[in-house]
Amino acid sequence: MAEASELEKLASREYAYGFVTPIEEEKIPKGLSEETVRLISAKKAEPPWLLEWRLKAYRRFVQLLAEEREPTWAQITYPRIDYQGMYYYAAPKQGPKLASMDEVDPELLRTYDRLGIPLLEQKRLAGVAVDAVFDSVSVATTYKAELEKQGIVFCSFSEAVQKYPELVRQYLGSVVPYADNFFAALNSAVFSDGSFAYVPKGVRCPMELSTYFRINAQETGQFERTLIVADEGASVSYLEGCTAPRRDENQLHAAVVELVALDDASIKYSTVQNWYPGDKEGRGGIYNFVTKRGACRGRRSKISWTQVETGSAITWKYPSCILQGDDSVGEFYSVAVTNNRQQADTGTKMIHIGKNTRSTIVSKGIAAGHGQQAYRGLVRIGPKAHGARNHSQCDSLLLGDKCGAHTFPYLEVKNASATVEHEATTSRIGEDQLFYCRQRGLSEEDAVSMIVNGFCKDVLRELPMEFAVEAQKLLGLSLEGSVG
Amino acid sequence: MKEALLEIEALSASAGGKPILRGLELVLRAGEVHAIMGPNGSGKSTLAGVLAGRPGIEVTGGRVRYRGEDLLALAPEERARRGVFLAFQYPVEIPGVSNNYFLKSAVNAVRQHRGEEPYDAMEFLSVVREKAALVEMPKDLLARSVNEGFSGGEKKRNEILQMLLLEPTLAVLDETDSGLDIDALRIVASGVNALRSEARAMLVITHYQRLLDHIVPDQVHVLSEGRIVHSGGKELALELEQRGYAWLEREPGRGAEAGAR
Repeated sequence: MAEASELEKLASREYAYGFVTPIEEEKIPKGLSEETVRLISAKKAEPPWLLEWRLKAYRRFVQLLAEEREPTWAQITYPRIDYQGMYYYAAPKQGPKLASMDEVDPELLRTYDRLGIPLLEQKRLAGVAVDAVFDSVSVATTYKAELEKQGIVFCSFSEAVQKYPELVRQYLGSVVPYADNFFAALNSAVFSDGSFAYVPKGVRCPMELSTYFRINAQETGQFERTLIVADEGASVSYLEGCTAPRRDENQLHAAVVELVALDDASIKYSTVQNWYPGDKEGRGGIYNFVTKRGACRGRRSKISWTQVETGSAITWKYPSCILQGDDSVGEFYSVAVTNNRQQADTGTKMIHIGKNTRSTIVSKGIAAGHGQQAYRGLVRIGPKAHGARNHSQCDSLLLGDKCGAHTFPYLEVKNASATVEHEATTSRIGEDQLFYCRQRGLSEEDAVSMIVNGFCKDVLRELPMEFAVEAQKLLGLSLEGSVG
Repeated sequence: MKEALLEIEALSASAGGKPILRGLELVLRAGEVHAIMGPNGSGKSTLAGVLAGRPGIEVTGGRVRYRGEDLLALAPEERARRGVFLAFQYPVEIPGVSNNYFLKSAVNAVRQHRGEEPYDAMEFLSVVREKAALVEMPKDLLARSVNEGFSGGEKKRNEILQMLLLEPTLAVLDETDSGLDIDALRIVASGVNALRSEARAMLVITHYQRLLDHIVPDQVHVLSEGRIVHSGGKELALELEQRGYAWLEREPGRGAEAGAR
């Protein structure tokens, strides 16, 4: 592990570059209608097929809404969402701009300081009007040029629709169809923007693709749409998210991520999610209802999800793998933290279709305060998945006695030659462990952070280096004040 | 007379609501090594727990001063940073945290308190290697998770390694000899002896005389029913080995005052 100073450097590095973000003046009136969908599509000058697709999704969503089929099976509670009371096209951070840092929640500022985020960036994240213009275009352009040399496409979703319509059309909705689920239908109808990446045959992407190097797509809003395609023999590692807690006036976030891996391709998708979790009493905070799915379409393809979820008031998220190609591999490594009044129902689905497909699930849940969380995982072995193997490891760590952790593993095995293993543990952070650390001179908070990081090590080591360092620091911060 | 590092006056404490210590008196001066012996349940580990600030032990009366300061008012980590070290009877496992990282964090927390520069990774490596050699600690134990899968002897050696690294002013060894074979006992004792100095004091809690063959104490105290009932020189340990504790329990209070003060 790195020294504190290095940590700060790394944590602040991401925020050393900002983006020019002109404030969106236009706003479509509140509420969801066919007109809204048409307007969004028109503003983006989308081709007719995409508008049609959005409209089909819209009709599906309206139908689901009318039938009151918003999912209720998750172990979460929240007040009914008024889907007609929201804006569906507006700059995501259209909340009132604050005049100065004095108006920002001091708690938020303290966290920014602890993460070592530069003042200017703090202002931007907190929604304070910033006079200075960030100039990072040159940095981003350098990366972009290098990627282009290899034929790698990496741009905002809107840009991809204009420049690579055939690729988008071929793969959009091919993993998560517009009618897949309630929130996916909503996203498909009104998605604002997101990322698109295509790595051509045989190309190993030479750098981690991060949303951060993407020009003009910093603010993707509440309905983000991401599509990543790795062609035969290609490989790519994608980083999503940031460690700074973001203030956002939009409470509902419903993103969709689709990954496609063809023969011998591999995609590694890493997320650090730290959206505003609400205050200690559970007021405010983001509802994060995300559909993430990857299709291992080709033989020997591999998709790996790694996530560190510390933010949001509610997290509803099950990054999944469809293991279609023979000998394909799916992985899911997850750390979820719920503190104060946060709720998380998260896990994965591993759908084994091809022969000798393998999947690994490592889920580490940490609950503190009044935090509640559930691991919900499905392992399905289809009738043709001869020799399929799955190993699941789900561990929960409780801090204090007012939090809760629950495990819901679902197994469906339709092929007798498959091997499926599931291990689960729940432990309370030991008073004796804490005392041992403190007797050696460590503060209680450092001790908790150390014990928690140790607990999550199997997941953290799957993250790219600098992300891992940030995540470690974030875990400590998220749990501050949760003991004693 | 040397500085009194630790002064315990009329100390009473209970654990889980049950009174364990009942008016214990003890003074440790710089440069001294005292042994505490006594039958099971006499309060030896509770005494160690009170000194280190173990949760679950309630002090119900008396005072403990460490270098003139009220020790009981300090949090466990504050005591540790001021030089109070407890070698645990049952060292705790911390999965996923490398021993090396744990040791470095502890040493740097204490160094920072003393106003010293924290060690960087390279400096620490050379320091820890030197100390690890003293307790004949295999290198791979530094890379492994703290105490996880360590044998009983390895755990105890790890405790002594931590003590050598932290260089405490007051070291309390809680039954460090339990479960050790004779070689491990010799290694542990040589680690402890390496730290003996005119500036430090040690409190060695043990069940058996054999540890005191290797760590020769200045004084031996017998603890019974929560107070010191007898004190003497190092010969007392041998006498206890031969005669047991029963003869002392029949004569409570004999020599306690004279010996302890």
